[in-house]
Amino acid sequence: MHNFEFVKPSSVADAVAALKDEDALALSGGQTLMPTMKQRLAAPSKLVSLTGIAEMQGVRQSGGVLEIGAATPHAVVAREAAAVYPALAALAGGIGDPAVRNVGTIGGSLANNDPAACYPSAALASGATIVTNAREIAADDFFQGLFSTALEEGEIITAVRFPIPQKAAYAKFEQPASRFALTGAFVAKYAGGVRVAITGASEDGVFRWSEGEAALSSNFSPAALSGLSVSADGMMGDLHGTPAYRANLVKVMTQRAVAAAS
Amino acid sequence: MPKDSGIGASTKRREDVRFLSGKGVYTDDLNLRGQTYAVMVRSSVAHGKIVSIDTTAAEGMPGVVAVFTGEDFKDVGGNPAGWLINSRNGEPMREPKRPVLAHGKVRHVGDAYAAVIAETYQQAKDAAEQLAADTEIEELPAIVDMAAALADSSNRVHDEIPDNQCFDWGWIEDNRAAVDAAIKNAPHVTTLELVNNRLVPNAMEPRASIGEYFPGTGDYKLTTTSQNPHLTRLLIAAFVMGIPENKLTVVAPDVGGGFGSKIYHYGEEAVVLAAAKKLGRPVRWTAERSESFLSDAHGRDHVTKIELASDLEGNFIAFRTETLANVGAYLSNFSTATPTFLHGTLMAGPYKVPNVYVNVKTVFTNTAPVDAYRGAGRPEATYSLERVIDKMCRELNLDPFEVRRKNFITTDMFPYTTPVGLPYDTGDYHATLDKAMEIGDVAGFASRRAASAAKGKLRGMGLSTWIEACGIAPSHLVGVLGSRVGLYDAATVRVNATGNISVMVGAHSHGQGHETVFPQIVAEKLGVPESSVEIVHGDTSKIPFGMGSYGSRSLAVCGVAVTKAIDKIVAKGKKIAAHMLEASEEDISFADGKFSVAGTDKAKSFGEIAFSAYVPHNYPLETLEPGLEETAFYDPGNFTYPAGAYICEVEVDPETGKVEVCSFTCADDFGNVMNPMIVDGQVHGGVGQGIGQALLENTSYDENGQLLTGSYMDYAMPRASDVPFYKVDYSCQTPCTHNPLGVKGCGEAGAIGSPPAVVNAVIDALHSGGHTHVKHIDMPVSPSRVWSAING
Amino acid sequence: MKVSITVNGKAVSGEIEGRTLLVQFLREGLGLTGTHVGCDTSQCGACVVHVNGKAVKSCTAFAADLEGAKITTIEGMNNADGSLGTVQQAFQDHHGLQCGFCTPGMVMSSAALLAENPKPSEDEIRHYLEGNICRCTGYHNIVKAVLAASGQDADQIAAE
Ligand SMILES: Cc1cc2nc3c(=O)[nH]c(=O)nc-3n(C[C@H](O)[C@H](O)[C@H](O)COP(=O)(O)OP(=O)(O)OC[C@H]3O[C@@H](n4cnc5c(N)ncnc54)[C@H](O)[C@@H]3O)c2cc1C
Ligand code: FES
Ligand code: FES
Repeated sequence: MHNFEFVKPSSVADAVAALKDEDALALSGGQTLMPTMKQRLAAPSKLVSLTGIAEMQGVRQSGGVLEIGAATPHAVVAREAAAVYPALAALAGGIGDPAVRNVGTIGGSLANNDPAACYPSAALASGATIVTNAREIAADDFFQGLFSTALEEGEIITAVRFPIPQKAAYAKFEQPASRFALTGAFVAKYAGGVRVAITGASEDGVFRWSEGEAALSSNFSPAALSGLSVSADGMMGDLHGTPAYRANLVKVMTQRAVAAAS
Repeated sequence: MPKDSGIGASTKRREDVRFLSGKGVYTDDLNLRGQTYAVMVRSSVAHGKIVSIDTTAAEGMPGVVAVFTGEDFKDVGGNPAGWLINSRNGEPMREPKRPVLAHGKVRHVGDAYAAVIAETYQQAKDAAEQLAADTEIEELPAIVDMAAALADSSNRVHDEIPDNQCFDWGWIEDNRAAVDAAIKNAPHVTTLELVNNRLVPNAMEPRASIGEYFPGTGDYKLTTTSQNPHLTRLLIAAFVMGIPENKLTVVAPDVGGGFGSKIYHYGEEAVVLAAAKKLGRPVRWTAERSESFLSDAHGRDHVTKIELASDLEGNFIAFRTETLANVGAYLSNFSTATPTFLHGTLMAGPYKVPNVYVNVKTVFTNTAPVDAYRGAGRPEATYSLERVIDKMCRELNLDPFEVRRKNFITTDMFPYTTPVGLPYDTGDYHATLDKAMEIGDVAGFASRRAASAAKGKLRGMGLSTWIEACGIAPSHLVGVLGSRVGLYDAATVRVNATGNISVMVGAHSHGQGHETVFPQIVAEKLGVPESSVEIVHGDTSKIPFGMGSYGSRSLAVCGVAVTKAIDKIVAKGKKIAAHMLEASEEDISFADGKFSVAGTDKAKSFGEIAFSAYVPHNYPLETLEPGLEETAFYDPGNFTYPAGAYICEVEVDPETGKVEVCSFTCADDFGNVMNPMIVDGQVHGGVGQGIGQALLENTSYDENGQLLTGSYMDYAMPRASDVPFYKVDYSCQTPCTHNPLGVKGCGEAGAIGSPPAVVNAVIDALHSGGHTHVKHIDMPVSPSRVWSAING
Repeated sequence: MKVSITVNGKAVSGEIEGRTLLVQFLREGLGLTGTHVGCDTSQCGACVVHVNGKAVKSCTAFAADLEGAKITTIEGMNNADGSLGTVQQAFQDHHGLQCGFCTPGMVMSSAALLAENPKPSEDEIRHYLEGNICRCTGYHNIVKAVLAASGQDADQIAAE
């Protein structure tokens, strides 16, 4: 790993200022960034730790919305969101392993937008709002393909707001080695309809499965999806699963999520 | 009543206290004054010509103290293959030089062609990056697929080897015609083509080596992650660097697992020694896990076609196999023995089949070297046999349990020499099968299957009845088979003046528990407390000699050397007692830690004898030497033949293809058991690895020779949630007939017997769900593969 | 830069670089070599320690980020008289280790589990240890050790 300057500001404003340097990067839990730096695939000149910023921590509910500070570790979400948004808490509690969950954060996960990560599917299926130091971004606009998001250089996520659904569940089929999602389906039922977001499957990263949403909006049951078939076009293919296999999992995992939510 | 000490007791491991307290000392834990850090510069292409290496920039970087390239080692010897195998036509195998650092060409991704030594690890790493940038390698087409490698003589891993073939071996060549004829005339022939998947051993401690040089004496010391420090010393001394053996000490301190991968001598060990001499400072190197993936010797990697000829009742008539075995880019120390004498000789299994013929072609490819990994050759043999038998049972609609039963060698047939040449001394294969069926509750399977079906899952049961040859190995046999070394072992028992005992053993413990088990044996034989016995291992300067630990040999070979040394101690003790008690030696008997004169109450305790041996004030020195220390070398008369029956039950989720192992039952015959707790642990570990091979572990190179599964992100290691509690039994015991402990070895059993049981269970599950078109799925039987097979 | 933390109850401080990993600080800076490194992708768990009471992979934490933190390593798990602590003792009693390399991380993860969940089920144990790879034991005796450390009848549960 190349060396760098390390700073740990205590406010969002200071963090944003510190990130103005060229080659400065935000560091949250480091559970993605550090392995990347060890492989020398990232070599920032400065790391700005976000973990000392109180306003970026914590899980709060107001009205029908659950707001999570971007630097909140997965383990905290798993514990503190359990009563209000159990599907989200369960997702957080199924990320990686306990040591990763104690440190890895929702902000880091969304900013990284790994095509096999779990949180992006929850944000997208919930129609969440990504709050940054500069603006609010709708989840539908935030995810822009593999490892890419609407964030500008130096922009940091400070919180994520999840409208709380009537029913929801996440069904994850684990990639056997990394235990990330080989395919994961997040289903959320709102008064206005059902949203389904799929992670792990597509070459374009997390996406909404609109046929599935339509079918479930009129009949929220696994059987509603039976007649649908998912095309393998555009699905990822690798050692762990062919495109056809992933296409199958899109449907199967969505059905399982619906069953769990019902 | 289970014993609470001595042979057969589940004595708790004394070494655990240090490991559990964070006080183990593994190679990388050492911290030496003046130490420097080595980083290897490794090829990023699978095959290429080294055009130029410009070391100037790297040499000028901060902290850099030395840079080595292949050029620096071009005049020293190569790392040799331990076994010379002849091809069917009598030609000796092709043996390319394996240099310390690649020279002229790089031959696999991860092939080290240079090393940078610096004051700190980070500095060495930075300079290594620079050196890689300053190296020009002309990429050549990668040779990855074995069949293609044999077919295309224009593209060569080693320029001097035209068809990339190391050898074409037939076993037993003289029987070939008879086997062909038997198959031709048989009422039924079952054919199966299968892949025994390449595995990365993945001992959790990455390899590490520290070289030291002492200019005052000219002595070298290598501290390294080795399963056999003496063998490493021998290879470095006699073949690679020419350092006299008495000037080189090799120490393997605590070692974090080996599974075969730490048997071999690797180039890094020579680099740190050469660098230490040049710098006059200690030089340390520790692999990062990604380097381990690229440069540790891998295991398995066979592509096999097996035919089983039988009558319609399932009586075996013949087995015939054709195997392509990948040896990778270079020959590693055991890589020619593994696919041949550790594989072909086992192709009769525990069965009384009259005709067996095995053909193995070993192929060089631009991949990491392949060598022995837990089981080594025997898992490959077992997998081929047990899978094809399972397929035959389906084709002929026969019960797999009954088919095994009717083909087993029976107890009245021992000693029994198989058509592939092994003299099995003893066994009772029916007994272990019966035992497995009982504890695996085969009778209750139908109701478990129904319960699974109610959950939408397909349940299957798979059987594997395995045998292995271990306790490696009788030198007279392996010598005939091409081994360039003997495979005896040695031990010294030193009784100190105050009666406590140091036992220097050639076996090396990297998890097996020698520090606990050997004292159990010594204590029982000498009638002293276990706590007064200490084991010394892993240091060539302290132990007489040893061939190390692998091939389930520690107890069956080195353990016997210990007992032989104890016999000598007792004999010497009798002499001393005779002198002290003024009796004749023949009248002295030894029991319960006492030397006594027959028919009298005159006796001396073991401690008194020991003390006297070191305070010999009135010894008749012409006939009685002072001291109480004895060494024995033991060379076994035969292999040992553990065997057993494994039953696996799985549930398959037909919608996702995911396989869950619901239960795994092992009934083994290991002969006598010294410490049941440790035997349990060995079986668990082996089965865990076997389940890993069967369901998870995949080593995949793309067509350019890039390793696609070079980290735990893509190489699926078995985790706690992938395996069940195992049911382990070894109460069927037919003690080995040719060693005094009656032990057979248990270290590899689990890894040998389990993969086919798992795969057979998956096929059974799929057939129960009506997916009878699925005849075979290659390992790892991943969810995607199962789903594709169902829907294929 | 300088960092001050508490390790196994003792205040320590040391000069570090920004890139110094917690595991390097422990092993190289403090000579606490009980914490191991088994991978470079944050997956094996050989390096797990407790940071402010929580399991953390010390290979994936910067020492610089831990100013003021309380760290416990395997060296801090023994009882005051040097004897093995409950979890450690259960590992020895149930042969939950072979080569010992994964062991420090296993013990630290297991202790963290028991702090959160004093009577975990077999399934909960297996899932909690998802990030700790052991190549030697096939996990059987590790799971038994954790069951036993939580006061449950490991032999009986394993036999069911
Ligand atoms: C063994 C292991 C298993 C894992 N398994 C899973 C899994 O099953 N599912 C899953 O979803 N994930 C998994 N992960 C990833 C884990 O969830 C990470 O914690 C997460 O993806 C990144 O979060 P972090 O806080 O660690 O981010 P970091 O690693 O600190 O940062 C990641 C990236 O995001 C940027 N960043 C961080 N925070 C912000 C912010 N607030 N605003 C803007 N940019 C920011 C950083 O600059 C960096 O580029 C796993 C990781 C490991 C090591
Ligand atoms: S060393 Fe492997 S997870 Fe930390
Ligand atoms: S005991 Fe060796 S890796 Fe776990």
